[in-house]
Amino acid sequence: MSNMNQHTLSVLVENKPGVLVRIAGLFSRRNFNIESLAVGQTEHAEISRITIVVDCEEHPLEQVTKQLNKLINVLKIVELEPSQAVQRQLILIKVRADTDTRSKVLEAVALFRAHIVDVALDAVTVEATGGHDKLDALVKILEPFGIKELVQSGTIAVGRGGRSITDRTLRPLERSA
Amino acid sequence: MPEQTSPVPPKAHAPSPLDIPTRAAAAKTPPSRPQSAQATPEPGAAAQPQPFAPASPVKVTGAKALVLALERVGVDVVFGIPGGAVLPAYDPLLDSQQIRHILVRHEQGAGHAATGYAQATGRVGVCMATSGPGATNLVTPLADAYMDSVPVVAITGQVSSSLIGTDGFQEADITGMTLPVTKHNFLVTKPEDIARTIGEAFHLAATGRPGPVLVDIAKDAMQATTEFTWPVPFDLPGYHPVTRPHSRQVREAAKMITEAKRPVLYVGGGVVKADAAAELRVLAELTGAPVVTTLMARGAFPDSHPLHLGMPGMHGTVAAVGALQKADLLVTLGARFDDRVTGKLDSFAPDALVVHADIDPAEISKNRRADVPIVGDCKEVIAELIAAVQTDYQHGRKGDYTDWWKQLDHLRDKYPLGYDEPEDGSLAPQYVIERIGKLAGPEAIYLAGVGQHQMWAAQFIGYEHPRTWINSGGAGTMGFAVPAAMGAKVGMPGSQVWAIDGDGCFQMTNQELATCAIEGIGVKIAIINNGSLGMVRQWQTLFYDQRYSNTNLGDKKAQEKGTRIPDFVKLAEAYSCIGLRCERKEDVDAVIEQAMAINDQPVVIDFIVHKDSMVWPMVAAGTSNDDISYARGIAPTWDGSSE
Repeated sequence: MSNMNQHTLSVLVENKPGVLVRIAGLFSRRNFNIESLAVGQTEHAEISRITIVVDCEEHPLEQVTKQLNKLINVLKIVELEPSQAVQRQLILIKVRADTDTRSKVLEAVALFRAHIVDVALDAVTVEATGGHDKLDALVKILEPFGIKELVQSGTIAVGRGGRSITDRTLRPLERSA
Repeated sequence: MPEQTSPVPPKAHAPSPLDIPTRAAAAKTPPSRPQSAQATPEPGAAAQPQPFAPASPVKVTGAKALVLALERVGVDVVFGIPGGAVLPAYDPLLDSQQIRHILVRHEQGAGHAATGYAQATGRVGVCMATSGPGATNLVTPLADAYMDSVPVVAITGQVSSSLIGTDGFQEADITGMTLPVTKHNFLVTKPEDIARTIGEAFHLAATGRPGPVLVDIAKDAMQATTEFTWPVPFDLPGYHPVTRPHSRQVREAAKMITEAKRPVLYVGGGVVKADAAAELRVLAELTGAPVVTTLMARGAFPDSHPLHLGMPGMHGTVAAVGALQKADLLVTLGARFDDRVTGKLDSFAPDALVVHADIDPAEISKNRRADVPIVGDCKEVIAELIAAVQTDYQHGRKGDYTDWWKQLDHLRDKYPLGYDEPEDGSLAPQYVIERIGKLAGPEAIYLAGVGQHQMWAAQFIGYEHPRTWINSGGAGTMGFAVPAAMGAKVGMPGSQVWAIDGDGCFQMTNQELATCAIEGIGVKIAIINNGSLGMVRQWQTLFYDQRYSNTNLGDKKAQEKGTRIPDFVKLAEAYSCIGLRCERKEDVDAVIEQAMAINDQPVVIDFIVHKDSMVWPMVAAGTSNDDISYARGIAPTWDGSSE
């Protein structure tokens, strides 16, 4: 990530209704900014994982983490260092591509190892995954052709190496069940 | 009505789970217990959950499970009002021999009463309301309890689960609304979850940093049948409050205390919550360091103690504010660097290193960076700190604060708390409050609303014991005093309970006088009646060019006719309370003594005081503590000269 103030937090939470709103609400009322947020299931049915990218200095980040930790449904928070983690976003771009431009669009798509997932007479839909910078670059390349629609997911991230951040979190969960 | 909730004859003891099948089969004898005749429970009687052996499950309604769970966690009093969605819970509540339900007149009263009960006793306060507006009326007291970290559990009825989300009659998303003002909240839609959730709610409210917890229970969950067992294992995998401090951090803090030249023990409400007043006294006397107690910590350290400099902050003593500003070390114990204490943050205690002990890690370094952070319960932290300081002393390392005390004593002598008598001969509010404190003494419990009278009550009453001063500190909730005093008196029936209230505050929640009169709750309410929203008026005097926009509560035409709107004496009498009025200094003691002699009825005294009395000293909002005014136009400097 190019922005030094960007921090990626992996937040393991109980998979219960209303947990996401507790987290989102905390950010808004404590005046913290969320750059991106993605939530989904994990390998354990009772745990969800929320990946939050925040843009803030070290001190407010400490506050974010401490306040998040106070939420009863939050099990664990890990900050993922960019160099020690794989971070990915998914993007879908519907770009204008008629018979004149289609080959050029396809060329750009190939360069970025993206895929065409839908073709129409006047447009193609491109799917790409990657880090923020790569997807930004792809968008810049495709912009001149005319972007009709663009949708992007939040960042998800996982630490590199063999260790898992959920292992130790799960044990007390099993005990209390 | 389901078979399981049939009323049963009263029993002398709290029921055990084994009683239930026979209770369900018992004859439908109407309960004979009148609410007002219920014996007031002894303080401490239900401090701990009673030991119930795990029993085989019994079939009950969800509502019955709720009441049984409340009994098991040790509840003796619930403040509340029934309504449609919470009706099922009120039926088995009628049978409970352990739980006294006090029917309040407004849900806000229930919430503040629970808070007053909790603050006075240290136990969890409980309030109950129905769905929709009943529940939303609890939002203010919950926000209040959240700001002051008070253990309160609110139980609300919710519309049936099939109606949730349909804008049903009296439906409100109360868990959504109270999310930012509760430590945690629950929506329960299954009867089998009720007992466990109640257990969890009380555990969350009382442990770690205490706070309010709301349990919203759908009506159909209360009506359905379930199996009740107790105890129920908690399902709180993400909740692990740290109470034991890190010993290396404690040693580091002790070292700083012995090395400091100008230390201050900056004591907050956490010391009261942790019941650590005894430990604090040992630490203070051991080190000889000065102590300041914040608005939430008044009583945590005796006001009569020579090491005590009083309250810091916006209306603190010059000595306490000066001590913080000139300190080279703040030993912060259960305090949170609130803006009312620090003034302009970047000029607060500029030369001080900071030791910050708090049970909530998020408070540490939130406003002011801590040099030595200590996460833990204040009782344990202070106990370990005492041991660590003693060890340092044994090694010949002891701080010398002689010069520091010279400086502080000078400030203390030169700028004592004081006030001027009004020139027109009318009553000084400070005098009234001072006399109440003197006559009722340090064993009484004092409560206040919010505003000038609150500050004067914090300044001019001498507190010697923790939990004898109860107010709305963080939220500043006008209307707090009357219902909170009611709760405090119910929790501590043997204590004299005085609410020092303003005429503005009093008019927000005085309907609870009806509750007090009917339930025989003998609170004493001293209305410091200046006919205006006094603190706002003070700011208008000082900062808005004496333009008194909407702060005058009196009515000129009524005054000319010699009437008052309202007439608080008549109002008190309408509520079957004793109403007294006092307008002259020479009558003050007699009227207070008259009130103190009445124990079977609530007493309201209308003290007519001067309109323009002001709270001093004062640090204007947003300015530096260094710019404190001792009185209007008198700015002390820390070396003792006045500008």
